[in-house]
Amino acid sequence: MEILLQPWPWYVSGPLITMVMLLLFYFGKTFGMSSNLRTLCSIGGAGKYADFFKFDWRSKRWNLVVVLGAILGGYISVNFLSDGATIALSPDTITDLKGLGFQNAGATILPSEIYDWDAVLTVKGLSILIIAGFLVGFGTRYAGGCTSGHAISGLSNLQKPSLVAVIGFFIGGLIMTHFILPLIFTAS
Amino acid sequence: MKLLKYLFVGMVFGIILVKSEAVSWYRIYEMFKFQSFHMYGIIGSAVFLGVIGVALIKKGGLKSIEGKKITLIPKEKGFTRYLVGGSIFGLGWALAGACPGPMYILVGAGVFSMLIVIFGALLGTFVYGMIKDKLPH
Repeated sequence: MEILLQPWPWYVSGPLITMVMLLLFYFGKTFGMSSNLRTLCSIGGAGKYADFFKFDWRSKRWNLVVVLGAILGGYISVNFLSDGATIALSPDTITDLKGLGFQNAGATILPSEIYDWDAVLTVKGLSILIIAGFLVGFGTRYAGGCTSGHAISGLSNLQKPSLVAVIGFFIGGLIMTHFILPLIFTAS
Repeated sequence: MKLLKYLFVGMVFGIILVKSEAVSWYRIYEMFKFQSFHMYGIIGSAVFLGVIGVALIKKGGLKSIEGKKITLIPKEKGFTRYLVGGSIFGLGWALAGACPGPMYILVGAGVFSMLIVIFGALLGTFVYGMIKDKLPH
């Protein structure tokens, strides 16, 4: 039980993610989380505005159930499968984050400097979250997949487009982390 | 219930991503700073075993639970959409510290401000759908 409560090492987590993907393949489905965003738009009536959202969303109901399960899994792991341990980040990361004004890096899953309501309920904080979400939603649909669809399942199926997409993920991620985050966050 | 198995898979997925700390903004930052092997180990080992798994499925002609041969749809050909779309996603991934899977999972974990990110993601998806035909693919 104690092993279960501690953070799981990469060599346990990675293979388990493969298992999730193969299980979905066995069910005759795919492993892709971002396509649910399109489904949700479709349910919300976006088909009235663009053909992209005109499809039978009921055929994608299974994937929404996966999302529901993921939400449940998030609840269970935080409330029943966690020992509250600090995330064992690299000391360099902690130092770099201090330079950006992030205190207690790793004490919680997410930085309070971005996700706590005090931060969120400011023009800057709210903009950060909406813009970040917008880029994720727009980018994943443009690229036709996210980490699960391209990085994990696309690469597993040796798809060249997925490799290009993953290279893109890193181009964007590196630009944000190395050049834009230091402009947004500064130690006061 | 046919859909119940998907609830189970999703739940397992959620637990794995929380326990692996892949849902943490900090881990994503650390990854893009190349300061830890952790995330590379997770994605790398998942893909390594995935390549073997997919090859075995194809070689063995394995059947799905419904008795049909498992086939994986190849990605559409193209370059621009993957590089540009991927880069746009990468910018958002590093800023939010969460890709779509973790977004849902973190709501379950009690981070309700993540709902704002999800709202943004729905907006981004919607806008893509609106201007899709004008974009190079």
